[in-house]
Amino acid sequence: MKKETLSILGHELVPEHILMDESEVKELLDKYKIKRVQLPKIKVSDPAINGLGAKVGDVVEITRQSRTAGKALSFRLIIE
Amino acid sequence: MRLKRIKGIKFGLLSPKEIRKMSASKIITPDTYGEDGFPIELGLVNQRIGVIDPGLRCKTCGGRMGECPGHFGHIELAAPIIHVGYAKMIYRMLAATCRRCGKVLLGEEARAKFLDGIEQQKEKQADVGDVVKLVFKEAAKNDVCPFCDEIQKRIKYDKPTGYIEIDKEDKERRLMPTDVRERLEKIPDEDIPLFGMDPKNARPEWMIITVLPVPPVTARPSITLESGQRSEDDLTHKLVDIIRINQRFMENRDAGAPQLIIEDLWELLQYHISTYFNNEIPSIPPARHRSGRPLKTMTQRLKGKEGRFRGSLSGKRVNFSARTVISPDPEIEIDEVGVPKDIAKELTINVNVTERNLEAIRETLKRGSEHPGANYVRRSDDKKVKVTETNHELLAEELGVGWKVERHLQDGDIVLFNRQPSLHRLSIMAHYVRVMPGRTFRLNPTVCPPYNADYDGDEMNMHVLQTEEARAEAKILMAVKRNIMSPRFGRPIIGGIHDYITGLFILTWGEKRFEKEKAQDMLHRINIHDLGEPAGTFESSSSIQVPYWTGKQLFGRILPKQMDLQFRGVVCEKCIERGEKCKKENCPREAYVVIKEGNLVCGVIDEMAIGSFKGKIIEQIFRLYGEDEAKKFINDAARLAINCIKQSGFSFGISDEDIPKEGKVQIREEAVYAAEHKVEELIRAYDAEELEALPGRSLEETLELLIMQELGRARDDAGDIAERYLGIENAAVLMAKSGARGSMLNLTQMAACVGQQSVRGERINRGYQGRTLPHFKSGDRRAEAHGFVRASFKDGLTATEYFLHAVGGREALVDTAVRTSQSGYFQRRLINALQDLEVKNDGTVRETRGTVVQFKYGDDGVDPSKSECGKVVDIDEIISDIVEEDVGA
Repeated sequence: MKKETLSILGHELVPEHILMDESEVKELLDKYKIKRVQLPKIKVSDPAINGLGAKVGDVVEITRQSRTAGKALSFRLIIE
Repeated sequence: MRLKRIKGIKFGLLSPKEIRKMSASKIITPDTYGEDGFPIELGLVNQRIGVIDPGLRCKTCGGRMGECPGHFGHIELAAPIIHVGYAKMIYRMLAATCRRCGKVLLGEEARAKFLDGIEQQKEKQADVGDVVKLVFKEAAKNDVCPFCDEIQKRIKYDKPTGYIEIDKEDKERRLMPTDVRERLEKIPDEDIPLFGMDPKNARPEWMIITVLPVPPVTARPSITLESGQRSEDDLTHKLVDIIRINQRFMENRDAGAPQLIIEDLWELLQYHISTYFNNEIPSIPPARHRSGRPLKTMTQRLKGKEGRFRGSLSGKRVNFSARTVISPDPEIEIDEVGVPKDIAKELTINVNVTERNLEAIRETLKRGSEHPGANYVRRSDDKKVKVTETNHELLAEELGVGWKVERHLQDGDIVLFNRQPSLHRLSIMAHYVRVMPGRTFRLNPTVCPPYNADYDGDEMNMHVLQTEEARAEAKILMAVKRNIMSPRFGRPIIGGIHDYITGLFILTWGEKRFEKEKAQDMLHRINIHDLGEPAGTFESSSSIQVPYWTGKQLFGRILPKQMDLQFRGVVCEKCIERGEKCKKENCPREAYVVIKEGNLVCGVIDEMAIGSFKGKIIEQIFRLYGEDEAKKFINDAARLAINCIKQSGFSFGISDEDIPKEGKVQIREEAVYAAEHKVEELIRAYDAEELEALPGRSLEETLELLIMQELGRARDDAGDIAERYLGIENAAVLMAKSGARGSMLNLTQMAACVGQQSVRGERINRGYQGRTLPHFKSGDRRAEAHGFVRASFKDGLTATEYFLHAVGGREALVDTAVRTSQSGYFQRRLINALQDLEVKNDGTVRETRGTVVQFKYGDDGVDPSKSECGKVVDIDEIISDIVEEDVGA
């Protein structure tokens, strides 16, 4: 029997994770004048990363609901 | 000396070679001072390893006391000793390496894998601890050496410093430190990185001590008692023990003593060296002083709250500071602090004498140690001279440019003022000094809220700033007027409290009329001499038309000229939320405050207007007119309030809790008895099984819930009835309604009914089986039997009521005690975690390595102290502004 996996990505409590392409990442790093390792990190094993087809070293853009700003953007580097 | 920059820090173990190299003297003699009173050569207090006696010179560097930092010595141990601090590490290494060839018990493949893993972690600047742990775990599993095929024996760790080898037949053999050292020596350099160590900095065998470094005497100074007797430091005592046993060990061994005696001495030496490092090792008795006090050795010096790190480096005692009790002084400015003269004469500020201040300082010096005088001068030849009764006039004459004078604290000097616990940045603010008679620090009551201070014996600290940079920084960043707005909630934290609110409430409530004399009396001391046009005239007894001013008018005089503002005060009863229309200007409670062009058109001034934490008017003035205007307003409002409340006086007594007889009856019948009756009704319904359970609750829970509700309502009803008999002319009601102090609940409990007591949100159920007290029948569920207090505090509680009230009161006491300690620890953890975070110029929050924590501070990049209640903009206000403009046009 095939094991059914539940995707949590559609849940309202899970913020939206989008994989960024390399040009976007470069733009981001230039904007904040930082190196890749200076980004906040997220584990590749994180359930929110699982379905994205992302690999270690990629960067995701996270859109969260924020009490202060309505919508807030964050970026995370995927690590092991 | 040239300044040097620290490039890095390296941690490692000291090798015996290194210890000998850095040693200035071998230590052989266990004694300290000889009979001539001088330190003994090669003794523990040795002139080569530092000086602590004034007048003597160091034989190593030639420095005098204070110049010579001290030098290490060393003791050659007769036999190797296990270092307790590394005992566990040594055990792990013994278990992980081959007993014959010394290699780590890992196959080539595993070895390479782990080395690679450690390398990777290092590259990421991450902790290698986890990988190293795996190495030890995997290697210890192998019982045959993959390299030399030696069969391994099991190692048992015998706490704290013993190792026992057990072979297949369960035969035990004790490993002496010499054996252990031999084995560790055999571990090849190539295998050391597997343990997360660098063989150049830390060879495993260096964890076994063969040479003991002796700290310089400057690190363990002896103190001379009043009797002239010397008392040595604990570390010195311990070192004496070590040398003695070391010598005995050597003598016995050289004399060829039996193995048993040698081993005993070895064990003893191990004990002394172990306790020298740490005197709190579990399973060994602590070494004690002759008096029975445990010795404070190495680890004890460093550890804990009073240890080197938390006690001496993170926090320490400082000069130029003072501490005393605080007391109120409403006459001083909000950013001033009253400093007792005695303190002002002790604390000094260093001034450089220049052409411009020469004469002024000469005058200061002429006064000598009379208050605004000086304590010390440093002449241009750099010689420090104390100012005394005899020499101050001479010094004043000699005074010249280039001198430095330590003058007394004077009016107008800027100082830092602090009250512990320093929970937020407003706990330390900069105040201006005002020297006063008396022995307490004087503080304007309006600045109590940020410090959370009151005058029931609180003490506060003052620090005098010593450099021009520090003073400038304090003035710009820490001045009280800069911190009127709280960075926590974007509202003023400094403002009126207690009588200030009462005073202005009395002034502006209704239409109070003041004759010219009284009006001027209130305003002239805040430097307002223009009363404006009178509101009207009234006829006096001698039928002359006398002009009068209203209280609202007088309050308007302290507002900025062009100010406009509308808001609802704390007296507002939220008509809108109840679906009724707000009567605005016609509000019967005067809750709707309108300020137009600097005049109070309608409404009453209460906590919402000028109180700390709320203070709408203060907030508006701070935003539109700046900090100086806001400071001035708070000062003026405070003084006006005091002047006003002084005219009529304001007090509260036991008779203010009196309610007329018909009121008492009404409370008893309509609130208390009615509720008790309903409770009995509920109990009857429950017993008759007529009660229906609420969703998700058992029948019993439902009953309790309904009873609680009913009795809660009883107290509120009693309060409402009491309120009808106690009008705004009642002082307690006035204070509660205006937000000055207390609440209607407090008053209800005093005058009408104390109400239900609770423990953990339930009625009181503890005590005997089925009942709270022997006065009730078992299983009695009535209100009275479970902590409902029908009496008021004024009437007095019955014995059972009193007892059950104490039961409920205890919970509140325990709660506060537990909460403060818990929140204190939580705060410490938060501070440790967040202290290095910084908001950078691009709006990101980063830690020290530059790693981003937040891409925009607080997601919106807003500084709460500069925002409207934490929001970027207050849209409601903008809309109402625009709407009003349109209507006006």
